[in-house]
Amino acid sequence: MSVPASDPIASAALPAGTAAPRGAGVFRQIARDPMGLLGLTLATLLVVTGLFADWLAPYDPIGIDVRNRFADPSWAHPLGTDNLGRDLLSRVIAGSQIALIVAFCTTFLAMIGGLVLGLIAGYGPRWLDNTLLLLFDSIYSFPYIMLALAVITLFGSSFFIVILVIAVTTLPAYARLVRTSTLGIKNSEFVLAERSLGARAPRILFRHIMPNILGPLLIIVSMDIPVVITVEAGLSFLGLGVPPPAPSWGRILNEGYSFIRQSYWIVIAGGLPLILATLGFTFLGESLRDIFDPKLRKRG
Amino acid sequence: MTVLLDVKDLRVRFRTLGAIRAKLAGVADPFLDAVLDVSFQLRAGTTFGLVGESGSGKSTLGRAILGLTPIESGTIRFDGMAPMGLSGSALSAYRRNAAMMFQDPVASLSPRLTVKALITEPFVIHGLKDRDLDAEARRLLDMVGLPANFAGRYPHQLSGGQARRVGVARALALEPKLIIADEPTAGLDVSVQGEILNLMARLQRELGLTYLIITHNLAVVRHICDEMAIMYMGRFVECGPTAEIFANPGHPYTHGLLAAQPHPDPDRRRQDVELKGEVPSLARRPSGCEFHTRCPRAKERCSTERPEPREIVPGQTLRCHYPLLDPAA
Repeated sequence: MSVPASDPIASAALPAGTAAPRGAGVFRQIARDPMGLLGLTLATLLVVTGLFADWLAPYDPIGIDVRNRFADPSWAHPLGTDNLGRDLLSRVIAGSQIALIVAFCTTFLAMIGGLVLGLIAGYGPRWLDNTLLLLFDSIYSFPYIMLALAVITLFGSSFFIVILVIAVTTLPAYARLVRTSTLGIKNSEFVLAERSLGARAPRILFRHIMPNILGPLLIIVSMDIPVVITVEAGLSFLGLGVPPPAPSWGRILNEGYSFIRQSYWIVIAGGLPLILATLGFTFLGESLRDIFDPKLRKRG
Repeated sequence: MTVLLDVKDLRVRFRTLGAIRAKLAGVADPFLDAVLDVSFQLRAGTTFGLVGESGSGKSTLGRAILGLTPIESGTIRFDGMAPMGLSGSALSAYRRNAAMMFQDPVASLSPRLTVKALITEPFVIHGLKDRDLDAEARRLLDMVGLPANFAGRYPHQLSGGQARRVGVARALALEPKLIIADEPTAGLDVSVQGEILNLMARLQRELGLTYLIITHNLAVVRHICDEMAIMYMGRFVECGPTAEIFANPGHPYTHGLLAAQPHPDPDRRRQDVELKGEVPSLARRPSGCEFHTRCPRAKERCSTERPEPREIVPGQTLRCHYPLLDPAA
């Protein structure tokens, strides 16, 4: 956001309720909402775990210990071990890193791509708008699993491919939002005024239109993080995700599913963090949305 | 005095339907002319008022002059050069010399920028890197009578009058020769309207500015305009010195507009020229004189033959077959 919180005149004269809250105020407002607080806690936990995964994991997440296969939870292995004797707690912790990297890289890529394409579609000539819309709709109508299958069959699975496939499939939603907002703003008087001063399209787009649509876009993006985490887990579950032996949660689930008769712990170890991460980011996103855009609030 | 702006036979048309859709709907002419056959000259250092009802094409004309709306035909000469069709550096130079103030004082300011960023934007756009932006911001704020601490404010923290002053400051940043002001007094309290008009008059004296003022406020025109034109359905129906037109309106439409003004003296009876009916649609222009459908003086000839502009009195041109001040009649 472009309004600096340090500006005393600006913050003192803000009429109540018109401007979005900033800085420390946001955290206080999240903390006031119990769901928001829960979401914030879970998300923070996940981020901290992901950031310090290498130090937190008690064992090597891909270290095989065949003598300890299917170990039940114990003090040595709080979540037990899998079919190759790998410590599940370590794998879950390492998996959080993968989930986070995929989620943030993907949403970031999709946001930048959606922003640029949406701005071009909204501000550019009619034919370009129509072409881009056709492109967005084509991607939209394509099931992401099919796209992932096709791309991974062609290029093989890698971290980068997974991120790219998810980013490309989520991009149209952002681009459409940006395009619609741009269409609404591009004929406003201040854009006309900038044009009359001689401002060129890039300046108008990035200095005058973009700051006005970034707010709603960031809210949608923050609410998409859990979706992306589940999509990545889904792809990994199908064997299309991050290539082995990287311990993605989806892969842990998949492996646990094969051995559910021997040890049901594996499925729980892979599923629980996925559920908690999704819930955490969803609650956090909804809480943020309510704070930044009270008009979208559903309950009174 | 030198002519700063010379507009000839200007025409601006808008497409109402796409080519394919018009074919399908059987519309032969999917265009409407927002500005039609407009010619006038604006002398340096003077103020020209453009008057007309909503939708008469005043704002479109102003935007077309600045190249914000594409022109169908006609020429615009500014300071000797023809800006239409210009690109790159020539257009950039033109935009430095001709600035526009838009109708809504607050909405014409980019909402996420501070006042300082807004009024120094022209320097950045035109690549004047050697300027000290802080000093320029202070100079401009001082020029329009705002305290220097307004530099850190955002548009939503300004009142209409303050926002208008910021608009004036931004328009003046690059010391242009011509300022096109679209409804400079719209949405302002009467006292603030006066302040803004006085400010504009003072700046005109100090900087030798030329104004083109677009308004439907006849009082504003009477006070500050040297010359004026009345627009009806995209055409100039009458054009000439303000004092002459107010004293002796020649076109029945002008007469009707002036008579519709409220008068402070209740004893003075209104002259009985009421304009009847509505402005016809631009998509279906009446034949002959566009005004004949509402004109109290319309005769047979008005519905068939289009009146060409005639200079009835020196300096005062109008389009009417039967003007109110016909020396021949």
